[in-house]
Amino acid sequence: MSRVVDARGLSCPQPVLMTLNEMKGMSEGEIVIFVDTDTSKENVSRAATSKGWEINDLQPDGLGYRITIAK
Amino acid sequence: MRMVKNYLATRWGIISVGAGIGILAPLLQKWGNPGNMGICVACFERDIAGAIGLHRAAVVQYMRPEIIGFVLGSVVAAYVFKEFRSRAGSAPIVRFVLGAFAMIGALVFLGCPWRAMLRLAAGDGNAIVGLLGLVVGIWIGTLFLKNGYNLGRTTETYPAVGWLLPLLMLGFLTLRVVYPPLQGEAKSGVLFYSLKGPGAMYAPLLLSLFVGLGIGFLAQRSRFCTMGAFRDLLLFGQIHLLSGVIALIIAAFITNLILGQFHPGFVKQPVAHTMALWNFSGMALAGLAFALAGGCPGRQLFLAGEGDGDAAVFVLGMIVGAGFAHNFGLASSPKGVGSHGIAAVIIGLAVCLFIGFAMRQRKGAYTRGVEEGQTEAA
Repeated sequence: MSRVVDARGLSCPQPVLMTLNEMKGMSEGEIVIFVDTDTSKENVSRAATSKGWEINDLQPDGLGYRITIAK
Repeated sequence: MRMVKNYLATRWGIISVGAGIGILAPLLQKWGNPGNMGICVACFERDIAGAIGLHRAAVVQYMRPEIIGFVLGSVVAAYVFKEFRSRAGSAPIVRFVLGAFAMIGALVFLGCPWRAMLRLAAGDGNAIVGLLGLVVGIWIGTLFLKNGYNLGRTTETYPAVGWLLPLLMLGFLTLRVVYPPLQGEAKSGVLFYSLKGPGAMYAPLLLSLFVGLGIGFLAQRSRFCTMGAFRDLLLFGQIHLLSGVIALIIAAFITNLILGQFHPGFVKQPVAHTMALWNFSGMALAGLAFALAGGCPGRQLFLAGEGDGDAAVFVLGMIVGAGFAHNFGLASSPKGVGSHGIAAVIIGLAVCLFIGFAMRQRKGAYTRGVEEGQTEAA
């Protein structure tokens, strides 16, 4: 079971802010983030790894991407 | 090409792009652009506003090819790297107003963040005060972001929507080619030209255009942003974008030293004034407006080139704002602030604070499809 962040249509820094907010209070677990630009994909991935999370999966999804991060 | 794409997204990629801009901007000055203004997105859009007669300040009228190049270079990169996505609908009117006040703030300081850094790298001490104002403006913006400020989602739309600003730029380029500057003439066809002042100082058309295209191409892919640099540092403690900005300043400093363009001091700096409070406040207004709009003026051009219709509206807001700035006496000159510049900064800050306070959404209110953070996905 994962938590989901839908950041499609939102530009930076919103996708990163939403992801970081979701991480708050999570010592471990999985978050699935939907984004729709390459910029958001890169920024979310960079922010996640810098917070010690791993990118478990990164798939094209519709017009954007589905990023699965875990800790 | 894939290697280039991946490299530009790395730390070294953004450092290379920042350093490249830092070398090319002082060279453009050497080739003819105004003092410490090898590249200034705000000043050059203001010059474009003058060239098409939106204001009639005789010394700042020129159809700047660099701006055209930034947008078209970004279009090329977006297509090469398959990133062109036409999108629009995230509070365009707000972005227009933010663009207009960002321009007004920048013209009170006399430069956008790009020029503030180039001024610093050429020894202009007033730029330090301006950059401090920029950082404070961005910091206020991050407070709004932390408290739920958000202009809402964009929607995928017809490719033609994303093409409108690039087409406008192609139109501007056509005008510049069809109606070139004529010796001693203040008008060529429909375009206004400056006979003296910064508007009369420009590098050769093809050089300006190709440098603009090159920077537009690289900056689209590397996401170079002078506002995002400080925002990400203040908001997330990230220095990715900041490393590009630092590279720009260092490279421009070295290039200026080599070219003999480094002149340290506060007084008699080219196209600059010494009124510290208004250098600070003008840039604080600009920084806040850029932060609320999600990008510095350069980044807005690059976003517009990859199909972001809202960034395009911000650009048009800046160009129209330049018209207001010069028609209403809001823009500064080397003598100091304009007759109504101080009032404009105060009104601009009030408008930006209103936007920041009024456009906050409750957690989850802007979600679509799934409830943000609430839904358990299988």
